[in-house]
Amino acid sequence: MWKFHKWFERHTLILLVGILVMVSIGGLVQITPLFFIESTIERVEGVRPYTPLELAGRQVYIREGCYTCHSQMIRPLRDEVERYGHYSLAAESMYDHPFQWGSKRTGPDLARVGGRYSDEWHRAHLVDPRSVVPESVMPPYAFLANAEVNTSLMPDHVRANRLLNVPYTDEQLASAATDARAQAEPMGENAYDFQERYPDAVVRDFDGDPTRVTEMDALIAYLQMLGTGVDFETFQAEAPENQR
Amino acid sequence: MADKRERDEVTGTETTGHEWDGIRELDTPLPRWWLYIFYATIVFSVVYWVLMPAWPMINGYTRGTLGFSDRVNVAADVQDLRSARTPMFDRLANASVADIAADPALQEFARAAGESVFGDYCRTCHGAGGAGAPGYPVLADDVWIWGGSMADIEHTLRVGIRTEHPDTRVSQMPAYGRDGLLTPAQIGDVTEHVISISAANSRLEANASAAARGAAIFQEQCAACHGPTGAGDRAFGAPSLLDDVWLYGGSREEIRRQIELGRGGVMPSWEARFDPGTLRALAYYVHEMGGGEPDALPPSPATSDAASPAPTQNAPANTPLR
Repeated sequence: MWKFHKWFERHTLILLVGILVMVSIGGLVQITPLFFIESTIERVEGVRPYTPLELAGRQVYIREGCYTCHSQMIRPLRDEVERYGHYSLAAESMYDHPFQWGSKRTGPDLARVGGRYSDEWHRAHLVDPRSVVPESVMPPYAFLANAEVNTSLMPDHVRANRLLNVPYTDEQLASAATDARAQAEPMGENAYDFQERYPDAVVRDFDGDPTRVTEMDALIAYLQMLGTGVDFETFQAEAPENQR
Repeated sequence: MADKRERDEVTGTETTGHEWDGIRELDTPLPRWWLYIFYATIVFSVVYWVLMPAWPMINGYTRGTLGFSDRVNVAADVQDLRSARTPMFDRLANASVADIAADPALQEFARAAGESVFGDYCRTCHGAGGAGAPGYPVLADDVWIWGGSMADIEHTLRVGIRTEHPDTRVSQMPAYGRDGLLTPAQIGDVTEHVISISAANSRLEANASAAARGAAIFQEQCAACHGPTGAGDRAFGAPSLLDDVWLYGGSREEIRRQIELGRGGVMPSWEARFDPGTLRALAYYVHEMGGGEPDALPPSPATSDAASPAPTQNAPANTPLR
């Protein structure tokens, strides 16, 4: 036993291989079962892949580091359920790459913020948080309203998500750039086609600026759909397969 | 690394037998108390594996003999809370303003429940105590756009304003300026007319000749919703223009801007998020903020439910946590 130890201490290469073997065992035991355990992700109705505009909003959310102050994870605890709504399900993050659960709540949890405020409110709040919440410590994000969404990147975003098994159709991939624009232009020529491709998504001018599709549009579109996917009328929270 | 373990003279402790340039390493034994606690934690972990969910398996995980589940626990916790509150919420669901006011215990409960929900969901827009903000109506005054009886307030809470709810309250003022329905000069005239008929004329002086021209345009364009006298019509959600309460600001410029843009806010529909008792408590809380109006008819949840089936009421078993 001590003889082997001597090897590891004297040869860095053997030590390195030894470390790799040990860490891999840890990873295999902890991570790989999650890909196979059927009970990891609940079977729910209503969760759909993000629309290109929402995906762009998600990118803004990640880029601006919203996750450093806002979690998206309602834990199964009474007080959280009372305040934020039904606890988060794994199924609600199944198209999240990467997920935005977060671990810090300087601001409130956002897992079910969708539909809770009007677009107008989000606009006012993102431009100047203290105009609507006087005690807020959130920084202002007014510049989002002046930054147009780079829709030419959207096909790549959709393609990357498809590689990670998010079920986008070929049609959704092909029209990702126009769809990103169409969702924020209810009177636009592609609004109808967009709704055909994403029947559960809403088409609205989220940022109140009908002339442009801005990152404000994208972020509000993303926030307004958070936590609204799962159809809780059909989800059997009491069923044994959903207990953990 | 030699394997000669020798005893150090100063401390009386064995060395590890390692020696680097004459420096040797003491092999001080671990304190007993520490070692025994360490062994105890190992024993504890084995017991834990047996009792609690622990090991991932190929197709599932070990569930543990205690059958522990966070989700079962939280459902039970919430259920306990609900059952503690249910008697009061049941009474509340069938109580009118007068009933609530006549029963101090019920009133206190309605206020507390209403205040808690208001603080979490409504305050961000309507302000603490219903003080309002530009674009978000003041709830503490007696000016109501869609009606200020408890039944009206509760209906607004249920269906929201300009939402996706099938019965939502909807009104849309035309954007006379942005959409070119009136010329800038005409909008100026209407602005003067609106100032002249409103209580704002005590602080803003309306231009009489412009107001006279604006009166004709007002009858043509605005009277259909705001009424020929500008008294407003709650059926259309058209606010009264006779008082000095302005949703988007009461300066001459702000009034003009509203005629140009015809802004209208969105209030979320809360029917799916709250049970009927909570909605009634919230309606009572808002009603009590200052300007609640008496009910035309006693509010009966049965009639409003017939008009709009409330899914949360029909499937409580499936939705224990909403």
